[in-house]
Amino acid sequence: MTLRTPLNKVRLYGSARSGTDHFWHQRLTSIANIPLTIFLLWLIIPLSGASHAEVVHNIKHPLIAFGLIAVIISFTWHMRLGMQVIIEDYVHSDGRKLLLVVFNNLFCSMIALISIFAILKISFGV
Amino acid sequence: MSPKSERPLSPHLQVYKPMLTMTMSIVHRLTGTILFFAIILLAWWLISAAAGPAYFDFVEDILVSIPGRLVLLGCTWALIHHALGGLKHLLWDTGHGYDLDMVEKLAKGSLILSVVLTIAVWAIAYGVR
Repeated sequence: MTLRTPLNKVRLYGSARSGTDHFWHQRLTSIANIPLTIFLLWLIIPLSGASHAEVVHNIKHPLIAFGLIAVIISFTWHMRLGMQVIIEDYVHSDGRKLLLVVFNNLFCSMIALISIFAILKISFGV
Repeated sequence: MSPKSERPLSPHLQVYKPMLTMTMSIVHRLTGTILFFAIILLAWWLISAAAGPAYFDFVEDILVSIPGRLVLLGCTWALIHHALGGLKHLLWDTGHGYDLDMVEKLAKGSLILSVVLTIAVWAIAYGVR
C-alpha cells in the first residue's frame, strides 16, 4: 500500500516519447510486406530449381536487387518487433527476457546484414 | 505484494472451448514464429548464390529434396497464412469487421484462401519448371 500517486511514481523517469513506435512500425512494415511478399513470390517461383547462372542473372538486375534488399529490411524489422512481443508475453523473468530480446536483435540484424551483403555481392558481380 | 502468494488465479485458456477465431489467433503467432526461422533458408539461398555454383548446387540439392520441399511447402503456407492474417489485422485496425458473423467469416476465409493460394503457388512453380 502506498500513498504515492501514479504520477509521482513515473516523474523524473522521463518520457520515452516512443510509446506507440513499436505498434506503429509493426503496422508500417506489415503494409510494406504485402507488396514485398508478392514480389518475393513472383521472383522465387520461376527460380525454383533454376541453375546458379540463372539465379545470379536475375538477382544481378538493379531493380531486383533493390526489391530483395527492401524485402530483407522490411521482413527482418517486422520479425524483430513481432518476436519481441512474443518474448515479452511469455518470458516473465527479467534477466531471461532481456537476454532473449538481445538475441532477437542480434539474430534479426545478422540475417539482414548477411542477406544484404549476399545480394550486393551478386549484384556487383560474383 | 509477494510473488509467492498463492492467490486464486483467473481461469486460463484451457477452460475455454477451442474456437476457430481463437485458433487462428494462435496460428498467426505460430506462423510468424515459423517465418522468423524460415528466413534463414532465404538468407542461406542468397549466400549460396553469392558463394558460387558449387555451393549453390549443394544447397539447391538439399532444398529440392523431398524433405526440403515439404519444409518449403510449409513455409509457403506459413507466409501466405500470416500475410492474410496480417491483412485481417489491418482491417481490424481501421475499426471494421468486428461483428461476430464477420469475424467468423474472416477466420474461415483466411484459412481456406491460404490453402488455395499455397496450392496455386506450387502449381505455378511446377508449371513453369
